Amino acid sequence: MSAAQWRRAMNTQSPGARVSVVTQAPARAPSTTASYDSAASYSPESTSRWSRAWSHVRWRHVLVILALLLYPVVASPFFTYQIAAQSMALGLIALSLTFLGGYGGMVSLSQMTVAGVSGYLIAIFGTSSMGAISLGWPWWLAVVFSVLISMVFATLVGWLSVRTEGIHTIMITLAIGVAFFYLTQQNYALFNGFQGFSKISAPIVGEVDFTDPVAFYFLSVGCALVAYWTVKYLVRAPFGMALQGIRDNPRRMNSLGFNVTAHRLAAHAFAGLLASVGGILLIWYNNRISPGSINTGALINILVIAVLGGMKHPIGAFIGALAFVLLQNFAIDLVDRQRFNLVIGGVFLLIVFFSPDGLLGLWQKLRTRWSSASADPRVRESRRV
Amino acid sequence: MHLSKRTLARTVISAAILAATTGFAFAEGTLKVGLLSILEGPFAVPGQDGIRGAELALKQKGGTAGGMKIQLISGSSDGNPDKAVAATRKLVEQDKVQIMIGPLSGDEGIAVKNYAKTQAGITFINGSSGAQAATLNDPSSNFFRFNTEGAQWMVGLGDHALSKGYKKMFLIAEDYGFPYSQVQGFMASYCAKGGKVLDKAWVPLGTKDYASVIAKIPKDVDALLVVLGGSDAVNFLTQYEQAGGTKPMVGGSITVDQTVLNYKGKRRESLVGTASAGPMADSLDTAEWKKFVADYKANFKDGFPSPSLFAYLYYINTKAALDGLDAVKGDLSGGQKKYREALQKTKFVGPAGEVVIDANRNGVGPTYITEVTKAADGSLFNKVVKTVPNVTQTLGLPEAEFKKMGLGTRDIPDCRK
Repeated sequence: MSAAQWRRAMNTQSPGARVSVVTQAPARAPSTTASYDSAASYSPESTSRWSRAWSHVRWRHVLVILALLLYPVVASPFFTYQIAAQSMALGLIALSLTFLGGYGGMVSLSQMTVAGVSGYLIAIFGTSSMGAISLGWPWWLAVVFSVLISMVFATLVGWLSVRTEGIHTIMITLAIGVAFFYLTQQNYALFNGFQGFSKISAPIVGEVDFTDPVAFYFLSVGCALVAYWTVKYLVRAPFGMALQGIRDNPRRMNSLGFNVTAHRLAAHAFAGLLASVGGILLIWYNNRISPGSINTGALINILVIAVLGGMKHPIGAFIGALAFVLLQNFAIDLVDRQRFNLVIGGVFLLIVFFSPDGLLGLWQKLRTRWSSASADPRVRESRRV
Repeated sequence: MHLSKRTLARTVISAAILAATTGFAFAEGTLKVGLLSILEGPFAVPGQDGIRGAELALKQKGGTAGGMKIQLISGSSDGNPDKAVAATRKLVEQDKVQIMIGPLSGDEGIAVKNYAKTQAGITFINGSSGAQAATLNDPSSNFFRFNTEGAQWMVGLGDHALSKGYKKMFLIAEDYGFPYSQVQGFMASYCAKGGKVLDKAWVPLGTKDYASVIAKIPKDVDALLVVLGGSDAVNFLTQYEQAGGTKPMVGGSITVDQTVLNYKGKRRESLVGTASAGPMADSLDTAEWKKFVADYKANFKDGFPSPSLFAYLYYINTKAALDGLDAVKGDLSGGQKKYREALQKTKFVGPAGEVVIDANRNGVGPTYITEVTKAADGSLFNKVVKTVPNVTQTLGLPEAEFKKMGLGTRDIPDCRK
């Protein structure tokens, strides 16, 4: 739900109804709901739940899933691994920022740092070239602990930053990111300083070797899809609704009885989960991690990806990541090798200049132009979800 | 406005299509060679000079080798190993190069070597990276390095320091792989012959403030061993002078470069006599070196007054790669088996001495010990005072003894007392 829609929903209803929207919200989750009772009364509860779930599936979802499944068959290993799998991993980290920024109104620059924490923890708990530091735990145990500890870290970052707004949040999270960068660069006992860790590979689970490009592609696409649907679900769930309310007017939500800080903290924890999964994928993709992977440039790249794709919808993070990875790989072929960064910068500038909502905004503009001019403007607006 | 936007979109799309199609349109008998260097970030200037070195080697052969036209395809890194591997993977898997030249810096070299293990059909040739571990630890049979590395570049400098009467020294070096190697190359013989390095100060790359390091320098040291590069070296020098320091210096291979030699401070005079070492020297007085410098100047009007270390290293590696192609007449069949055999037999006299490789496919060559000297016109330059021939990766030690010492780290070698 976009900010504009939310505001309209808040403003068009009577004060009494406004409260009821919010208080009823918790009951909207799967089972019995007042508003659905009339529709569900004549059919068994379970069937209605399934049919309701199916009713959300559109032909374009099927098309995308099919395309994702068939992609490795048509594409070369290079496109499967370096372009697609990397985009998914970076997209996941950017998605955590889209969730925080787009739905929570908190722009955090430390999402790459959270990803870096989980990457470093995988190296420390699992196996790597640094036998003296790495503990050699089985991969699943390392993954579980890395994700949990990174979530705790993300929550701590949130705890430090949630009481601030706008540019101050950005400054605090940037400071945390830079501090962690210097910590990893100068600490040798735990982070192995400048050189970091190498020879960290994706696990072999049963018959499946995830170091193989196609297997790794499906792993990252799987994680990305689950994350995408979770975010889509969450922003319509009571928690997500409340979060968007807090984004638009924290004082009003506070006076309605919502704990603003707790909601923001929970958003940070959830975003931390997304970022840490992305971080683990990214370290498996690179087979290594060093302070260079989490320096200021890397922190900013995540912001660039999120803004490039558009922060109004979770898919924007992945579109942005794909565009970013393609540009990084192929800009050097387009122009003189000394000037290729100009192309990358120029394209970013063009997109942001012509469409403040990123590539998603461009798409939206095209659709608006194509759709008939007589269409009700509110219908157009609602498609933006 | 709408029209112009559409026109813009069309132009961009057609440009992209054009670029994509021209990429495929190459003539019969063309061999693609990937060239990876650092073209962004703080090392972009040296990286550019590395490319010049590689291009010079190709130009000298008229753009062909082994009867085929050579097409160099560039890749760029920013010095980060992740990026070096990503660029290499793109060149190998997307652009389908047969031979890969690069990368520039030490840790990138190790990462590319690890990637080389997954691409048995491609031959990887180093650019200028000088980390010991790339060929010493777990070497890859398709990764060749025709240059010597960071530790080899310092061999003989320890003896030279002792002969100048520096019995106790204090070390200031940047905290990453390349200086570790350099320090080991210096200390291996220096410590063995009775020298003492009383303390080591490892500073992060790009340190601006050296006050705390300067305060730590003991009063009774004879000289300082300074293994810093570029602006770090100048910053340290300035602050050491302001703090009233007077100890003489011994430098690493990239410490006493033109930026330091052009230093205008009061201590300028005291720089005279500063010893350092490296695989080449600007003032080499051989016909090969002079020809190399003349060729470089003739081909690159925008280049440096004299080829840098990186131009030299990329040059000899590219030349070895092309000579190998000539030797097998461009035959890369059978998983490039014949080509690799030819590379193993490489032996030519490069601009700064003979180029040969050992069983680990790492260069064995001379190291030049230089001292800062004042020229007739008052400018400072590095004068070659001694040449150490045939330096191996075990730094002149028997292999067992070298293995016992291990590769250089922050703590290895150690001779405080």
